[in-house]
Amino acid sequence: MKTLTAARMERCIGCQSCSLACARLVHGRLSWFTAGIRIGSSGGISTGFEARVCLACDPPPCAAACPTGSLSPRKSDGGVKQDKKLCIRCGKCVAACPVEAIVQDELQNPYVCIHCGRCVPYCPHDCLELAEKGKANVVQEVAE
Amino acid sequence: MIRQHFRVVVVDLSTRKTRAENIPGRVQWLGGSGLAALLFEKYGDPGAPWTDPSQPLIFAIGPLTGYFPLMSKTVCSFLSPYHGQYTESHAGGRSALALRFADMDALVVVGKAERPSVLSVGSQHMEIIDAPFLWGKDVFTTGKMLRHMLPGSGTRSILRIGPAGETGCAYACINVDTYRHFGRMGSGAVMGAKNLKAIAILGDASFPLPEGKAYADAFKTIYEQLTETTMMSKYHDLGTAGNVAALNELKSLPWRNLQATTDPGIEGISGERFADDMLLRNAACAGCPVGCIHVGFLREKFMADHRFLYRQVAYDYEPIFSLGSMLGMTDGFAVLGLMDSVEREGLDCMSSGVALAWATEALQKGHITEAETLTPLTFGEADGYKAAIHHLGCGTNEFYRRLAQGTMKAASHYNGEDYACVLGQEMAGYATGESFFVSESLSFRHSHLDSSAYSADQKPQDKDADKTVAGFVKDEAGRCVLTSMVGCLFARGVYNAERLGLALTSLGYQDVAANLDAAGEAIQRLRWRLRMRSGYAPLQAKIPKRYTEVVTWKGPIDAEYMETLRQAYAKKLMELGQEV
Repeated sequence: MKTLTAARMERCIGCQSCSLACARLVHGRLSWFTAGIRIGSSGGISTGFEARVCLACDPPPCAAACPTGSLSPRKSDGGVKQDKKLCIRCGKCVAACPVEAIVQDELQNPYVCIHCGRCVPYCPHDCLELAEKGKANVVQEVAE
Repeated sequence: MIRQHFRVVVVDLSTRKTRAENIPGRVQWLGGSGLAALLFEKYGDPGAPWTDPSQPLIFAIGPLTGYFPLMSKTVCSFLSPYHGQYTESHAGGRSALALRFADMDALVVVGKAERPSVLSVGSQHMEIIDAPFLWGKDVFTTGKMLRHMLPGSGTRSILRIGPAGETGCAYACINVDTYRHFGRMGSGAVMGAKNLKAIAILGDASFPLPEGKAYADAFKTIYEQLTETTMMSKYHDLGTAGNVAALNELKSLPWRNLQATTDPGIEGISGERFADDMLLRNAACAGCPVGCIHVGFLREKFMADHRFLYRQVAYDYEPIFSLGSMLGMTDGFAVLGLMDSVEREGLDCMSSGVALAWATEALQKGHITEAETLTPLTFGEADGYKAAIHHLGCGTNEFYRRLAQGTMKAASHYNGEDYACVLGQEMAGYATGESFFVSESLSFRHSHLDSSAYSADQKPQDKDADKTVAGFVKDEAGRCVLTSMVGCLFARGVYNAERLGLALTSLGYQDVAANLDAAGEAIQRLRWRLRMRSGYAPLQAKIPKRYTEVVTWKGPIDAEYMETLRQAYAKKLMELGQEV
């Protein structure tokens, strides 16, 4: 299955268009936080940016920690699918994620990347890629 | 949050208490510039000095902030330490989206903290942190320390001042998220007077979006205009620095305190040279896919045996003009070094460069000596300027403390008014002609962005003062609308009346969309009333002699026409600022 990868973050300008797009298009929210991908500086804005996003663990520890099956492993290639109806907002998934890729909003609803790729076209510098696992970052654009 | 009222959070530093107020007026005052003026009228006292602790420092966003791309600016309004009158300064970074997600249409800071402090606010959070240990620290050190002290990396905005704000420099800026600034008119000194070293705004809330297709469609339309057409490409490519060589070619780039308007030394400081040799990377304000922030690199050898350090310095047209051509600098790396020094002190780059250009000529003319400047100042030589920038930030002696109050204030003391390049405040980098000189001298913010005068000057014009003034006034009203949304003025080509209407309607602001023209004019008039109430007398504004000596692509300045235009615009402003 295709997986979202923040493949070229050294190009990131910190515009947060990806986070805003995820919140807007996937979750119907205006937010730069309640999104499957979030951008922060690596240690101050002069140090560049990094993405907090699901790395598609296989098997995913967040799904293992989820007591209700709201998060369950995708069919292949790691990552999870989410059934929001089953979520009891316990936060176990947040604690289980080794890379802090899952956040909860003020009502404790969790937000995790579902590898849908809808953020990808909103990145002006082509930092993000939706590709078969292990195939991302192979094609590097050559500047004119 | 989409709402018809404004949610305004008022923080009183004296009592350490905060209250949220719901204030009506969306249709008439929109947000941003309009909301800031409304709030100054409510909380400010135009008759009292700017140093009065009760005077407000206001940060306002608009109805489109965060909902649409490039709606990424914050309007800061205050009584200016520069002239004691009502003014605005605009900045981006993450400030606007942070305010949106902190669920505030505006943040108003009143009172004065008992000791140096940091204010940290969010949608569910308010804290005033005592921070005497930060006082005296430069902008860079302050930023590094704050990152560890405050929550919310990635979803916050940090506004901070440097030594210039603490010493009351009338053109101290507020640094926003390292690479952006509330630059002009001294907002940094307002924070300093309030014992407020920094403000952190934590954007920790999220909001539902309108249901249905209208918002998604409007977003798509506008996003495509911004990213798939060439409308924003000049900001994306060379950035504003792309104008440096063009203005030099047009004989409109001020060199050496405006003693010339073109110079072959342009090769070393053109936007192309910066992009080819110095550009390290780009950065963006939150919510802007254009990414116009150009960050240059500076590598400095500080010790023998090849020991180097490196710096990252954001550059733009105005700092290249003010710390480059205006100071006779023809080496781009040296210009970056001066920009870095100005950043460190928390000074406005334009005012600092123009002030030091005046000081250089004053030294040449013998109106001042090195007893005043403490260091040699020579056009084209960076070391003296670096030392002087530090003196300016710290207010080392009486001369620098005077210069820090404004070039004209120092010039009148040292008998150098004729060659002080001051148009209301230290000039922006456009020696384009009569229209710009008059516009910047008299306009509301004394900013090159108050009207398109510098652009009009670059085309053939008839010398019809009334028509030109009518153009200034109409232009300003239109810009009041955009700076109330609050959009980046670089996007003014994309956000025309039709697209603003589309965007507002898609969020349910039909009434606001239907009232934009009238609101723009009402905001314009309220801003002028506040300016007049705080003491502005446009008829008395002077344009220094140096501007009558300028030669542009059109030839020598027509001093007579410039004076006619100045009087016509001043009279019109008196009308606009009349009480109702």
